[in-house]
Amino acid sequence: MDDFIAARSQMALSLGFHIIFSCIGMVMPFFMAVSHYLYLKTNNITYRNITHAWTKGVAIFFATGAVSGTVLSFELGLLWPKFMEHAGPIFGMPFSLEGTAFFIEAIALGFYLYGWDRFNKWFHWFTGVVVGISGLASGILVVAANAWMNSPAGFDYIDGQYLNIDPIAAMFNDAWFSQALHMCIAAFVATGFAVAGVHALMILKKQSVDFHTKSFRIAAIFGTIAAILQPLSGDISAKFVAKNQPAKLAAMEAHFHTEKNAPLIIGGIPNTETGEVKYALKIPGALSFMAHGDFNAEVIGLDQIPKENQPPIAITHYAFQIMVGIGMLLMAVSFAYFIALWKKKNWLTKNWLLKLFVFSTPLGFIAVEAGWTVTEVGRQPWIIKDVMRTIDAVTPMPGIIYSFYMFTAVYISLSIIVVFMLYRQIKMVPQLYDLPKTIDDKP
Amino acid sequence: MIYVVIIFLWTAILLYLTLGGADFGAGILELFTSDKNKNKTRKTMYRAIGPIWEANHMWLIIAIVILFVGFPKIYTTMSIHMHIPLVLMLLGIIARGTAFTFRHYDAVKDEMQEVYNKIFVYSSFITPLFLGIIAGSTVTGRIDPNATNFLDAYIFSWFNWFSFAVGLFTVTICGFLAAVFIIGQTPETSEKERFIKKAKAFNIMAVIAGLLVFVISLIEKIPLTTWVFDNWPGALAFGLATISVVILWSIWNTERTNLMRFLAGFQVTMILFITTWKHYPNIVLLKNGEALSLLQEQGSEKTIDTLAWALLLGSIFILPTLVYLIYSFQVKQPKSV
Ligand code: HDD
Ligand code: HEM
Ligand code: HEM
Repeated sequence: MDDFIAARSQMALSLGFHIIFSCIGMVMPFFMAVSHYLYLKTNNITYRNITHAWTKGVAIFFATGAVSGTVLSFELGLLWPKFMEHAGPIFGMPFSLEGTAFFIEAIALGFYLYGWDRFNKWFHWFTGVVVGISGLASGILVVAANAWMNSPAGFDYIDGQYLNIDPIAAMFNDAWFSQALHMCIAAFVATGFAVAGVHALMILKKQSVDFHTKSFRIAAIFGTIAAILQPLSGDISAKFVAKNQPAKLAAMEAHFHTEKNAPLIIGGIPNTETGEVKYALKIPGALSFMAHGDFNAEVIGLDQIPKENQPPIAITHYAFQIMVGIGMLLMAVSFAYFIALWKKKNWLTKNWLLKLFVFSTPLGFIAVEAGWTVTEVGRQPWIIKDVMRTIDAVTPMPGIIYSFYMFTAVYISLSIIVVFMLYRQIKMVPQLYDLPKTIDDKP
Repeated sequence: MIYVVIIFLWTAILLYLTLGGADFGAGILELFTSDKNKNKTRKTMYRAIGPIWEANHMWLIIAIVILFVGFPKIYTTMSIHMHIPLVLMLLGIIARGTAFTFRHYDAVKDEMQEVYNKIFVYSSFITPLFLGIIAGSTVTGRIDPNATNFLDAYIFSWFNWFSFAVGLFTVTICGFLAAVFIIGQTPETSEKERFIKKAKAFNIMAVIAGLLVFVISLIEKIPLTTWVFDNWPGALAFGLATISVVILWSIWNTERTNLMRFLAGFQVTMILFITTWKHYPNIVLLKNGEALSLLQEQGSEKTIDTLAWALLLGSIFILPTLVYLIYSFQVKQPKSV
């Protein structure tokens, strides 16, 4: 592994790690606020217990999300100094606003975590909502920064110089809306299904059934609504990519030859030498329709893109297939759940429905990671599309490989500890929350 | 508008040094507390820093964002030549932040607590040490953008006695800040006396480490003494800091804990002032005699303007709520703890 690959791997590792925590940090506060609201309205102690249990989860994830985010803000410079030297002043606007959002989030979290029974109960509840809203705002802002790398705006690139910089125009680049929308929904899908899956498992094990049923319902409703919206927003993203980054779209679809009435290729093994895709399911015309809303539209293939500007095809293609496959599956599970809620109440008591949710626990996060792989690997070889190549951005410092190994070790151990702690958290539920409790104890 | 940005940058660094410093110091104190008192110290500290500690490290993020948006050349030069100490500091930040949260939120309190504690105290030591090393390195003039070999470019830029002395000095300052801060936090007299003792000890250590910095600067030919004493604001700040140390020592046994905190914070402010005033607007001194200046390396005018507005707008939201947060948990006595 050379230093360049090591730097890319370290960046991917850190972001892949951070994204899990930030999704949870963005979405869990909303679950918490709903169950807190139900407690305040119904005075049902179970909702209070759920809120407490989830609050602990949020605190753990928030701290991990915050440190991994701090690491990222340094890593942008440690690994990609040539990129940051030019990009910082252009795409920095969302990052500086994000600072405000984080700050508000951290302050609101301070009020929320330590404020039980200290403040007016609705004020206290409201600080929990603020945590969620500012988390969502940071998510949107940081994705707007990433979108700028896919669709650079807000400057003129003349003879290698970055002139007429306009940070506001850079923030509202063409890609920001489709990416931010898709990312926010993805966070709800991933977190909703992960949380619902864990509670479904506990219901199947017949532990603290009332507690877990109530928690399951809150998480499942968020997750399923988002999962139904997600393919719609994915379609918006795909149409945008088709227009903005034809090379990425061609790689996602392993679409080698420019043609009209292009088929949608599902699965299969692309062969970059021959330009063929083996064992794939092909739906005629569907790619033309997906990309341009017209079955006869021409879709640019990889043959129109010079070799040195092509992204890695296999990785992008597989990652896209994984994301879309999971998206379809989760949508199906969600429809089943809604049918159960509205028409077939007896399904709700059936184990197969719960088992479906248990099976889906990790899927949302796998789709998130796959989706980012599509976005980031599909943009290669550019770090700023059509402006700067990734290889020109990397740090001159040698030996990045060791830093990559070290960060890998750190992140693996952290993940193990977090999983271990959550396991304990869940194992303790019967002892902590099944006994009747007095109203004044704190989380 | 550039001055708005510079003031924010300086303030963010100062607040990180004092508030974040007190936060690191809490771990450092734990390292220097006998086993039998450890548990108690930990509890008092948690009460004191728990609610605000997430907000503390935000100052670092703000400073970094200001640097990479407003002064990209400074950010990237530091990122390249300070790569190694920055990575070590980051490891410290990761370890500390997670261990602090884990030990509080782990649902089962067992031997794992000891593991979290160990990680927490050692990383509380490592992080400010490297922070100080990086800060010291900005003025040693060893950062060499034209270096052609690995050692000159990536090691000797920070690996020298002066930087280490500044690192050590930072560690003692953090311990000192934490001890002074916590004195007012505990109602028990015996606890209070213990922290006063700690505060005194760390203050003495800080003075010794400070002298060490001066001595090494003489040996390594870094003109620190002239920076401090050949201009009246520097000398005045030094004088005021010295006076405030004297006042602090005369009130240890009184109840004036807020004055103590103020004096400690004042000393740190003066130290940061002294070390930045003379070079301003240069903040990184390079080997070839040149320097990276805040006024020359700034991003385009429009960038600086929007950055300044973003910061001003942000503070309208943040400052009142932050003050209310601190007020709620420090001034207003809780109904029950
Ligand atoms: C729960 C997660 C999840 C699910 C189920 C889906 N996606 Fe997705 N997708 C993401 C999570 C995600 C993501 C991680 O959030 C990405 C990465 C960058 C971004 O903005 O969103 C993404 C990116 C992304 C992109 C690339 C955007 C770009 O590079 O600018 C496209 C074209 C799609 N998605 C399309 C889809 C389609 C057609 C789906 C149909 C089912 C789908 N996604 C389901
Ligand atoms: C909004 C936030 C993000 C920003 C600003 C960002 C920025 C970057 C940068 C600067 C690089 C290195 C240059 C490159 O290889 O193009 C990179 C690479 C990468 N990032 Fe992102 N990224 C973001 C989000 C994510 C997320 C959440 C993931 C999650 C998995 C991710 C996955 C990757 C991968 C896999 C690479 C390596 C691509 C390759 O080298 O082939 N990114 N990103
Ligand atoms: C798509 C990618 C990203 C998303 C959706 C995202 C979202 C978030 C969210 C919601 C948080 C709040 C933490 C929590 O509540 O647990 C957070 C924290 C943070 N993120 Fe990211 N982030 C992404 C990528 C990045 C990148 C590329 C950077 C680097 C510059 C970054 C820097 C930070 C920082 C510094 C924090 C800590 C703030 C704090 O203390 O609260 N993030 N991120």
